[in-house]
Amino acid sequence: MTPRMPWSARLGLALTLLFALLALVGPWIAPYDEARVVGEVWEPFSRAHPLGTDHLGRDMLSRMLYGARRTIGIALAATCLSFVLGTTLGYLAATLGGWVDAVLSRVVDTLMSIPTLIFALVVLAVLPPSVTVLILVMAVLDSTRVFRLARAVAMDVVVLEFVEAARLRGEGLGWIVLREIGPNTLPPLLAEFGMRFCFAILFLSSLSFLGLGIQPPAADWGGMVRDNANAIAFGLPVPLVPAAAIALLTVAVNLVVDWQLRRATAGRGA
Amino acid sequence: MHPIVALIARRLALGVLSLWAVSLLIFAGTEILPGDVAEAMLGQSATPEAVAAIRRELGLDRPAWERYLDWLAGMLRGDLGTSYANRMPVVALVGDRLANTLFLASVAAAVAVPLAILLGIVAVRWRETPVDRLLSAMTLSAISMPEFFVGYALIFLFAVTWPLASPIAAVHPGMALPDRLAAVALPVVTLAFVTVAHMMRMTRAAILNVMESPYIETAELKGLARTRIVLRHALPNALSPIINVVVINLAYLVVGVVVVEVVFVYPGLGQLMVDAVAKRDVPLVQACGMIFAATYVLLNLTADVLAILTNPRLRHPR
Amino acid sequence: MSVRRQPGAIQRRTFLQGTALAGSAALLVPGLLAGRARAGGPKRGGHLVLALDGASATDSLDPATYTATYMQTVGYQWGNCLVEIDEKVRPVPELAESWEPSPDATTWVFKIRRGVTFHNGKELDAEDVVYSIDHHRGEDSKSGAKGYLTMIRAVRATDKYEVTFELDSPYADLPYVLSDYHLLIVPKGTDFARPIGTGPFVIREFEPGVRTYAERNPNYWKEGRGWADSVETLAINDPTARIAALQAGQAHFVNNPDPKTAKLLARAPGVKLIDVPGAGHRTFAMRTDTPPFDDNHLRLALKWGIDRREILEKVLNGFGRVGNDQPIPDFDPFFNAELPQRTFDPEKAAFHWKKADVTGRIPLHVADAAWTGAVDAAQLYREHLAKAGIELEVIREPNDGYWSNVWMKKPFVGSYWGGRPTADLMLSVAYRSDAPWNETFWKRPEFDALLDRARGELDPEKRRELYWEAQRMIWQEGGEVIPVFNNHLYGARDDIDGFVAVPVLTGLRAAEQLYFTDL
Repeated sequence: MTPRMPWSARLGLALTLLFALLALVGPWIAPYDEARVVGEVWEPFSRAHPLGTDHLGRDMLSRMLYGARRTIGIALAATCLSFVLGTTLGYLAATLGGWVDAVLSRVVDTLMSIPTLIFALVVLAVLPPSVTVLILVMAVLDSTRVFRLARAVAMDVVVLEFVEAARLRGEGLGWIVLREIGPNTLPPLLAEFGMRFCFAILFLSSLSFLGLGIQPPAADWGGMVRDNANAIAFGLPVPLVPAAAIALLTVAVNLVVDWQLRRATAGRGA
Repeated sequence: MHPIVALIARRLALGVLSLWAVSLLIFAGTEILPGDVAEAMLGQSATPEAVAAIRRELGLDRPAWERYLDWLAGMLRGDLGTSYANRMPVVALVGDRLANTLFLASVAAAVAVPLAILLGIVAVRWRETPVDRLLSAMTLSAISMPEFFVGYALIFLFAVTWPLASPIAAVHPGMALPDRLAAVALPVVTLAFVTVAHMMRMTRAAILNVMESPYIETAELKGLARTRIVLRHALPNALSPIINVVVINLAYLVVGVVVVEVVFVYPGLGQLMVDAVAKRDVPLVQACGMIFAATYVLLNLTADVLAILTNPRLRHPR
Repeated sequence: MSVRRQPGAIQRRTFLQGTALAGSAALLVPGLLAGRARAGGPKRGGHLVLALDGASATDSLDPATYTATYMQTVGYQWGNCLVEIDEKVRPVPELAESWEPSPDATTWVFKIRRGVTFHNGKELDAEDVVYSIDHHRGEDSKSGAKGYLTMIRAVRATDKYEVTFELDSPYADLPYVLSDYHLLIVPKGTDFARPIGTGPFVIREFEPGVRTYAERNPNYWKEGRGWADSVETLAINDPTARIAALQAGQAHFVNNPDPKTAKLLARAPGVKLIDVPGAGHRTFAMRTDTPPFDDNHLRLALKWGIDRREILEKVLNGFGRVGNDQPIPDFDPFFNAELPQRTFDPEKAAFHWKKADVTGRIPLHVADAAWTGAVDAAQLYREHLAKAGIELEVIREPNDGYWSNVWMKKPFVGSYWGGRPTADLMLSVAYRSDAPWNETFWKRPEFDALLDRARGELDPEKRRELYWEAQRMIWQEGGEVIPVFNNHLYGARDDIDGFVAVPVLTGLRAAEQLYFTDL
């Protein structure tokens, strides 16, 4: 039984779909090339440049459109990968316990205790800079956080009667994880997914802060905030454009997540 | 021995083990990174002779494992060594900075953690109402701003446009507590901005997860007040994931605030470590890395123990 | 409010005239320069706060280790050199009272100023100078100055107040070299990690990468300098944070405001912008020993295919001058003014590109570590070359380790030169065949011979001809694309004055020059 879709979810879904659409067709509908210098530095909003120009005089609207695919694509890929990794290992650790849990937890502790930026710095300095490497590094770093959460919520579930019952029935590990633990730990993980997706976008901008991350002149939203951050010092609105886009995307995704969250919990109650 | 004490003892032992692993990883990392302290120190004025002279003096011409073992032996004697770059004892360099980092982290945590949990509870209590949605949209927007951006925006609003606070969080030893608190006001707000949303949403989700349990339904059917149900019945059983997300954020407040330190010119450990990595100052990198790692291990241990203490089923395993 | 300061009228004064004048200028106290400031004149007192970049938690007080602005400025607070450079880029006396070269410029005698005391009360003499200079020479020295003291065979105290430098080869510019920020004078036997100097301020607290606190030296020997009661030097590496500190009044003087926002800063209330033309230049360096850059046609294509004006306007926001692919700044007496200025000419670029017969994309490795805005400039460059049908691939490298891993390793990179006080220093450090930082790997024996002749040449007119020819060679065949020379930018509170606009080593002596006008 599915509750009627509330307006917030409709709005979220509509916005998410809009962003997805822009990510798909962005480069084709952009008025200019993302790298082309078309005006003066930090021009205000105008008919020719609806979102103004950036710190080199490139059209902000075009860069936003080009950046949509890259930003959303990379963040989504990294987040999905980190969840697959993190939840699988987290569930395993919680269900099997014993030395599996001990080893996995220690490895994760070790990885987490090295500051993320330093870790990324070393890895990305040694590996060739490509989008694949970038996604992998982000996914591995993020999966440690997911692991901890997945393990924590699964720990609470594995001691419940129905899991015990399943074990006594002689169900296999896969069955227990997929049918018993998975559905019963979904809500906090869903909520975390919405957050992690947003963090991935921001992490990309931190990497460009260190001179890693996306290669110029390619645009990504977090990097665009960073490139133009100085303008905020003098009250110019340029960096607010990509920042607002990230915020809107985050809110939209999380509205959808909230709706799914409600469906998941409602479904279980029935 | 009580099982919990035994557990703590075992976890501490394992913690030491992961600290050792971290020390290996960090040492290997600094070895992998191209360039060494001699080149980094001299920068564009690195003549081959000057570089060789520095390497000779620091013993960088010895094999890596030898230098690692030396460092490890010193560490076990409680000697963190001497900075390669400026020949000062590492303890002296790290000491004040560690205190500063812990100070900023605890003030930020004191603000952010109660606020986040309170907001989370409010969101659940008035779930599906405009209050809930407004809180959600606000925290999500807050979290979508890169922290340097939040920092700059706060500086230009509250230090330049309306001079209410100091744009630079300059603290030094011997500063009185009220002055210190005033100095870190803006960084604390920035850090609260970026951590509250995460913790608040997780609190909300975790409580909601419990709220669907049959016993809550029973409580509802009994006609108990919603606030009471949320606080007395749901919250205690949702503590485990909440503690977890709080710990992750606490660790972040200690380990991950380099950017905030740079923006507000706060003399913390993060910036020290970044400088040390840039200069390939291995003893200093090692010291910072070990402190961060120890913080993590301790916080995780606390989280695990708390999770067990708050979950009766884990407390009394059958 | 914006103040543009010009270095004095550019005079074709050559080294001997310059140094002779300097020798006699011993009476002309540098303080007089500051004294011309403004009605009311300089006043003593106040707590001066400088906020500077280039600081690191691993900084040390040992002058041999100074590489960046922050420590260089702290250095000139506690110490002095033998020689100072004035606004017209002439060497003037500091701790040396006067100097005299032998006719062949292989032996130099420096008279040491009498009656100067160190912070510990000891009087300065020749032995101290020998001890201080020797710290930067010799096999075991770890000094950044080591590279340009190699021509010195011996430094000897020939009298209580006289030091003699014996050189391996004629060297006309020794006084300039001795003004270098590494070569601060300390008492004999000093531990360089805790140096004692003769400078305007005494360091009281030093927290590497955080702050330095110093108090005025009550016995400072230099007249008309050292006004503030105390100086606090804050380490603020983030440009936006530095500007915020200035705007909020928490700092009185900051360096390197972001040129992009400098014009906005100049309009902000309570602060002013100081703009000094400099010798520093930003470059894209090609390895001339590596294909395809060993082909001069390709080098010319890349030189004609850059729109210098746009890079100047967009990246430096106009705070600089257009470069001409050679490193001597326009205010230098030996600047070759007759070399035609290269402009953006896509057709010429395309012409040379076709001659060069190179195919594919040209990779350019950059990072903002090379110079702030290098990545942006590279992106503009990419657009310029596209108009000539040349495809540039911009590869952003990590900032961390850029100078060890990318610079002089990859064949085409972004680089930066802070500029040197003399044409000889600049050309010797980066263009001689055997120079350790010959970043273009440009090897021309005839060029080296030119430099050697110029070094020993005492006739200014002949010397000028030699340097003009050297610049022409670099312009025509060298591996450097030099789009812009940068100005030095500073922000100061309105009530601060006294800044002396020296185009080289700019601003490093700010602490002793600045004073409050409204005390």
